[in-house]
Amino acid sequence: MSIDRDEVRRIADLARLEIAGGDVDRMAKELSAVLDFVAALNELDLADCEPTSMVPAAASLRDDEPDGRRLTSEAALAAAPERERDFFLVPPVVENVNP
Amino acid sequence: MSANRWWGRPATTLAACVARGELSAEQAVESGWEAAATWEGDVHAVAHADATVRATAARTAPPGPLRGVPVIVKDNLCTAGDYPTTCGSRILAGYRAPYDATVIRRLRAAGAVLTAKGNMDEFAMGSSTEFSCYGPTRNPYDLTRVPGGSSGGPAAAVAYGLAPLGLGSDTGGSVRQPAAFCGVFGLKPTYGRLSRYGLVAFGSSLDQVGLFARHAGDVALLYSLLAGPDLRDATTRASPPPDVSAWDRGVKGLSFGWPENLWREGVEPEVVAALEAAAASLERAGARRVAFDFLPGTYAVATYYLVATAEASSNLARFDGVRYGPRAPSTDVWSLYVRSRSQGFGPEVKRRILLGTYALSAGYYDAFYLKAQRARTRIRREYQAAFGRCDFMLLPVAPTLAFRLGEKTTDPLAMYLSDIFTIGANLAGIPGLAVPLGLAGSGLPRAVQLVGPEDSEPTLLRAGRALEVRGEVARLGREHETEFPWPMKR
Repeated sequence: MSIDRDEVRRIADLARLEIAGGDVDRMAKELSAVLDFVAALNELDLADCEPTSMVPAAASLRDDEPDGRRLTSEAALAAAPERERDFFLVPPVVENVNP
Repeated sequence: MSANRWWGRPATTLAACVARGELSAEQAVESGWEAAATWEGDVHAVAHADATVRATAARTAPPGPLRGVPVIVKDNLCTAGDYPTTCGSRILAGYRAPYDATVIRRLRAAGAVLTAKGNMDEFAMGSSTEFSCYGPTRNPYDLTRVPGGSSGGPAAAVAYGLAPLGLGSDTGGSVRQPAAFCGVFGLKPTYGRLSRYGLVAFGSSLDQVGLFARHAGDVALLYSLLAGPDLRDATTRASPPPDVSAWDRGVKGLSFGWPENLWREGVEPEVVAALEAAAASLERAGARRVAFDFLPGTYAVATYYLVATAEASSNLARFDGVRYGPRAPSTDVWSLYVRSRSQGFGPEVKRRILLGTYALSAGYYDAFYLKAQRARTRIRREYQAAFGRCDFMLLPVAPTLAFRLGEKTTDPLAMYLSDIFTIGANLAGIPGLAVPLGLAGSGLPRAVQLVGPEDSEPTLLRAGRALEVRGEVARLGREHETEFPWPMKR
């Protein structure tokens, strides 16, 4: 199993990452090596194995219960790189389609 | 080496002396920093520290079983009001958490003093503490070698004596492997026994907060103070955690698994020698050896690097330059995300995000992620079958002793394989304890790992203690091994 340069770029796009031009080849090679390694799982007979996403004891989650403790807006916003009043500030997300 | 008489004492001894007024909490904390004056400049275990902050914390520490005891915690545990929480990453540069992790709250409530935040591989991704934005931590036993990782900072600091106790996180071995490389105890508890609220998430179905200490009794004390349900972490188990107060009861009547097929090849002779010494010690102490074959660890590594990276790619989506951390200047929100993330994450984190994104992406999900989840079921069954035949298994922690800086940084797969003996416990949700076993001829710490079924921490600690009593703890712990006042009379 191998990943080529285009595939690295496609995944990077999905992950909102930019891989510098010179690093794409190296990343493709390293990821391909890991995929070759994980192909070992094909040697296991997994026919009667249901997928495990969590260990069972932890998978039986309880209901959430409010406990009264909460963050103030000020505390939640304290680390914001940019803010305006009680909001996180970001560049425009929706383009003005009808100027 | 410090002449300071408090240096290197067990947490239990320090707490008892503070409680009796023989030393102040400030002195207890500063005794560790006297050791640091000798070691820290070379070892670089600390990511964040502040003399004023720790002096204030020591002065105001409430009475409790750890009053005045310094603790170093990994830089991915949220601490409010004292130190930054940055996960060894530029993407969290300067970040100060608005709340304490539950384990931090419990530490503070017990009177412990946070003496520093420990260095780590960025976002806990690594096995050597070389992938930190603050630069690498070095092994106090040999400065040309790594301390292990990803919790290498706390492990190295506990080894050289900055603090008798440390907290790390263990997603695939990140507490046990550095504990082994640095010659201290390292416990990864049963999944769901220690709250992860306030632990920055990496692989949520695998992450556990783990404990470092230089003495088995200190591990037991710390576990008893931190384990238990937390309303703020829905994965914590509602039942009371197992009672570890009988950690000094010995191993008579216990049986341990001996899956020798796992170390017939690819494991350093010193590691095999440590296993044989530990098995002989346990037998002399009254435990019985049960030999059987076990599923090779390569399958666990393969499973892990699909499951953990998939979960990481999802968990790390939250770091986007919007709510915390530095933001790359941008005029549109897409490039704000891409630039902030690309500048903020280091190479190993990017590699794992890409791998996880690939494993989860359309067309590959069944072939990779789903297959890994099925393999996880198979691996859990292997452990269940093994624990039908023995109370716990004796395993290596890592296939080698501490390796050299730079030895594996350019070969991701070689780095991943250093977790071959630890990853299985995370996939199965079961506890594992790294036990120091003295020094190899090369002067590097040796260790073995004890792995048991869910909630077998009491058994693992009894066995760890049995090995400790037999005088096979590492050099930095040996001189005080007879001081164990815990469980304390209250």
